[in-house]
Amino acid sequence: MTNAIEIDGLVKQFGAFRALDELDLTVRTGEVHGFLGPNGSGKSTTIRVLLGLLRANSGRVRLLGGDPWRDATELHRRLAYVPGDVNLWPQLTGGEVIDLLGRLRGGVDPSRRDKLIHKFELDPTKRARAYSKGNRQKVALVAALASDAELLILDEPTSGLDPLMEELFRECVQEERSRGRTVLLSSHILSEVEALCDRVSIIGKGRTVETGSLAELRHLTETSVDATLTGPVPDLAGLDLRDLDVEGFRVRCLVPTPALGALLARLGTVGIASLVSQPPTLEQLFLRHYGDQK
Amino acid sequence: MNGWVLLLRMALRRDRVLIPAWVAVFVVVSFGSAAATATLYADPVQLAAAGHAVNATPALVALYGPVYDVTSLGAIGMMKMNAMGAALVGLLGLLLVIRHTRADEEVGRTELAAAGAVGRHAALAAGVGTAAIGVLAVSGLSAVALAAAGLPLAGSLTLGAAWAACGLVFVAVGAFAAQLATAARASRGIAVTALLAAYVLRATGDTSGPSWLTWASPVGWSQQMRAYAGDRWWPAAFALLAAAVVTGAAVLVEQRRDLGAGLLADRPGPAHGGPTGPLSLAWRLHRMALAGWAVGFVVLGFLLGSIASSVPQFLKGSSAAAEMIRALGGTDRLIDAFLATELDFTAVIAAAFAISLIVRLAGEEAHGRAEEVLATPTGRVPWALAHLGVALLGSALLIVMLGAAAGLARALATDDPGQLVSVAGASLVRIPAAWTMAALALLLYAASARAATWAWAALVGVVVLGEFGPLMRLPDWMQELSPYRHVPPLPGGDLEVAPLAVLLVLVAALVALGAALYRRRDITPG
Repeated sequence: MTNAIEIDGLVKQFGAFRALDELDLTVRTGEVHGFLGPNGSGKSTTIRVLLGLLRANSGRVRLLGGDPWRDATELHRRLAYVPGDVNLWPQLTGGEVIDLLGRLRGGVDPSRRDKLIHKFELDPTKRARAYSKGNRQKVALVAALASDAELLILDEPTSGLDPLMEELFRECVQEERSRGRTVLLSSHILSEVEALCDRVSIIGKGRTVETGSLAELRHLTETSVDATLTGPVPDLAGLDLRDLDVEGFRVRCLVPTPALGALLARLGTVGIASLVSQPPTLEQLFLRHYGDQK
Repeated sequence: MNGWVLLLRMALRRDRVLIPAWVAVFVVVSFGSAAATATLYADPVQLAAAGHAVNATPALVALYGPVYDVTSLGAIGMMKMNAMGAALVGLLGLLLVIRHTRADEEVGRTELAAAGAVGRHAALAAGVGTAAIGVLAVSGLSAVALAAAGLPLAGSLTLGAAWAACGLVFVAVGAFAAQLATAARASRGIAVTALLAAYVLRATGDTSGPSWLTWASPVGWSQQMRAYAGDRWWPAAFALLAAAVVTGAAVLVEQRRDLGAGLLADRPGPAHGGPTGPLSLAWRLHRMALAGWAVGFVVLGFLLGSIASSVPQFLKGSSAAAEMIRALGGTDRLIDAFLATELDFTAVIAAAFAISLIVRLAGEEAHGRAEEVLATPTGRVPWALAHLGVALLGSALLIVMLGAAAGLARALATDDPGQLVSVAGASLVRIPAAWTMAALALLLYAASARAATWAWAALVGVVVLGEFGPLMRLPDWMQELSPYRHVPPLPGGDLEVAPLAVLLVLVAALVALGAALYRRRDITPG
């Protein structure tokens, strides 16, 4: 099996509101897949469909080769989930919650659990009601990471963590990937996605607007170029440039990434003194799509 | 204090159903009881006999308080409502104030408001204001209903004022309890314990203990206002003073503590272990509530068992009653009939426990804790059935414990150990009826998480059918909607197995239908 998650044309309707509108998503086994979208775009709804909590109105959804609604119990043996807004039982301690979630998944590895609790600097004897948002999230993360599930579904898992913990989280996810686990990571933090994810899906208003590896996505967008030439800037017509700014021997512009070679060739006819070229950031990718929606 | 009017208006808006619902129940029950009283004791001799009988029965005096004027129809008719009503209004007061203070603070809503141009004590002031308005509305409109039903106006106003006085004290107690614990549930536990303690103080002072104990209790103060039996208003001053002092203490604590903190720090707990599966989780979540209810049920059962033995005295001196006793088959049969009625009624209260668990199950879903469990291999139906299991087991346990306590009291009074077995055994037949209500609650929850609270409406319906159905001569088919109508009248009556079997089948059918619906619906937080 090469795909952990396959979603085709998923529709989920809440009354008159179409939360998911023919959404597509493919997560390959063994990859860390970034799931991006603005608030209310349907990320959590998609995840709840994958967990068999919500019933799809139409579309094809396969999770680890099964039907997430019909085979929920069976499939849940093989995955671990961290919700975006972690709520715990106020009267249980953090350690008890970790053990409970582990037991419900079919067992805990005590040494691994203790290592993670130590790593995340979590006090497991505190009652859950006394935890901050970040600490509640740590409880859910430790429980998920301590499991030996083959698929981790993480819904904005670092939204309450401090930068040090975020860094630690990245290390943990990279470790999981090297162990062959698949991760679906819904996130707002683009640097996190850029650092961790093999492939990315960007959704908006319940639809997938872009999907692919970061390299592929970058290819679809523009690279910024800032060059100083040894002579006057030549004619650059026909290259589909944007934000073109020519100042004596210096030229700055955005070029569609496929046309980068052609631009450099044209500049090379004069001679290049210095050149700075920057690939598009995920932020630009993101804004391009959200800009379209507004 | 800045901004508290705004918060008060918001709180009242949030309670626009809750407070009117309490008012409606209080007004209906007050009016119904007052109207029924007038027809109950037409003859002054009989009235006085009943009054003396109450005062001669320690268990009754403990439960309801003494009758201060045996010639007053209002004093005898409202005997049950007097102290009980005061305690219930107190309960409303403390629940409301905690709902708008600690409960909001616990989930972070207060923080949101406090970050605005809102004073440090605004939320507390708004909570106290809302609760006071609720208490005054319930008490005032109940007084009007009592007078409208034909009881003397002065006495009705005194009773309303007495309830309000007790209510305001417990608004203050609730406000103080909200400063102590960091969790709303714990705050409620503290305040309810204080209310029960006040009730026990009064009960002890009125019976075996020194009488100053009554004067140490807010419930005692409102009872000492002696509605329909002298109508004195000065004990209300104690209540108002106490309310002011305790509210002041709450303000002082709030002045010194951090937002989100309480005077009582949480103790650390075990780092490992805890629940092992859905059933053990449900048990862990509900066991404290069950323990609290169990204590109350055992005490209530013992009191009811003690009262039962003196029931025949109430009807002394009345030839009609003597006739009735003879028709029933002697005083033992009368005691049995009394016990049967009380076992029925307490089994309705046991159903309330079961319903509260199912409503908390809906809360687990609303707060997103359900999806954390359901994302594991735990199926949704087993998860819901685990909570239902605790609800069924708990309500059955409550019913049996009450029956055993009542039977024990009877056994002590009669020197007949067989009473323990017969009364405890008789309580068992109520279990299927209570379970029917629990299963109905589960079905409602399974259909939609928001519908779970409708089970409360169904329970109120059962109470109304049971208490007022015969009085209002409702058609049989309507009265038979209540599962309690089909309970065989034990002890004393014949054990009919068929209706019990039908109720159990109904329970199974409701649960099966609920499970089928639950498998199909979306699980969503919020």
